[in-house]
Amino acid sequence: MAMKGAIVVDRERCKGCGVCIVNCPAKVIGLTKEVNSKGYPMSYMANPEECTGCTNCATVCPDSVITVYRVKV
Amino acid sequence: MDVKDIIKPENKVYGKCPVLTERVLHYCPGCSHGTIHKLLAEVIQEMGIQDKTIAISPVGCAVFAYNYIDIDWQQAPHGRAAALATGAKRICPDKYVFTYQGDGDLSAIGTAETIHACNRGENIVIILVNNAIYGMTGGQMSPLTLEGQVTSTTPYGRDIALNGYPLKITNLIAQLDGTCYVTRQSVQNAAAVRKTKKAIRKAFENSAQKKGTSFIEVVSSCNSGWKLSPVDANKWMEDNMFPFYELGDLKDK
Repeated sequence: MAMKGAIVVDRERCKGCGVCIVNCPAKVIGLTKEVNSKGYPMSYMANPEECTGCTNCATVCPDSVITVYRVKV
Repeated sequence: MDVKDIIKPENKVYGKCPVLTERVLHYCPGCSHGTIHKLLAEVIQEMGIQDKTIAISPVGCAVFAYNYIDIDWQQAPHGRAAALATGAKRICPDKYVFTYQGDGDLSAIGTAETIHACNRGENIVIILVNNAIYGMTGGQMSPLTLEGQVTSTTPYGRDIALNGYPLKITNLIAQLDGTCYVTRQSVQNAAAVRKTKKAIRKAFENSAQKKGTSFIEVVSSCNSGWKLSPVDANKWMEDNMFPFYELGDLKDK
C-alpha cells in the first residue's frame, strides 16, 4: 500500500537552515526565493507529488515548524 | 491526490509538541539545541510528566531553555546544574529532575559538581550537549575541542602541547559506580534523532526506578561557532567529531 503525504511549514518560524532538505529521502523540499519577516528563506514542498509523509523532515527540524500529514492510497 | 485532500486534521502524523511553548527559539538556524529541546518535550509529553518535571538550565546558549519547554525550571550558576539538581531531587524525590548543559558548562567549570553528583548516584538525568566549543560567547576552545580544531582562541588549531588533550568526559563518567546509563548520541539525521529520543526516555525511566544517574552526551553542531552552514556543520561533525566521540552506549545496567 502506497503512502501519500504532505507537509505544512510555519513560514514565520522557519529559519531556512536546510536540514530538512538533506534529510528528505524523496527530495521533496526546497527553499523559497522570498524571505519571511525575519529575512530567512523558508522550506516548502517543491515536489509535492513525491512526498510519502515519512516525517523525517519534521523529526530533524530544530524549530518544530513542520507538520506532516499522511494518507494511504 | 491533491495536497488539499491530504492536509486534514485526521491525517496529521507529526507536528509541534504541545509541551513546547509558542515562543520562537533564539538559537541560530539549524542549531542542535532546538532538536534536543523538542525530544525532551516529546518524551515529557509521552510519559505524561509535564507537571512532575524540574529542569536545570545552564549558562550558555541554553540559559533561556526555560522559555521553550513548558515545565518547571531553575537556572544554575555556571557549571552548578548538577548540584542544583541534587537539591531539587532530594527535596522532591517524586519529581523527574534533569540538567541540560553544554560542554563548556559541564566539562570545564562544572567538572567537580558533575563527577560528584554522578558518583553519589543521584537519581537525576544529565544531558550534555557537546558542540566542542563555547558557543554563546563566540566559539572559544572548550575542554572538549578536538585536536587541531580551529576556534577563536586557538586560531591555528588546538595544540596538544599548549592546550592539552580533548576530554572524553562521558567515558570518565561511565567509570563511576553511581551511574546506571551512560550513552553518547547525536541529532543530525532522522535515525539519530529517534535513537536519542529513546535514550532520553530510558534515562527518565531509570530516574523513576531509582537506578542512579543517567548521563546522555549529545554530539552536536554549532554552525555559527564553527563558521559553517547548518548542513555543512552536520557533515563536519560526522567526519571529525564521530571518529573521536564514538556514538553508542558506554554503560547500561
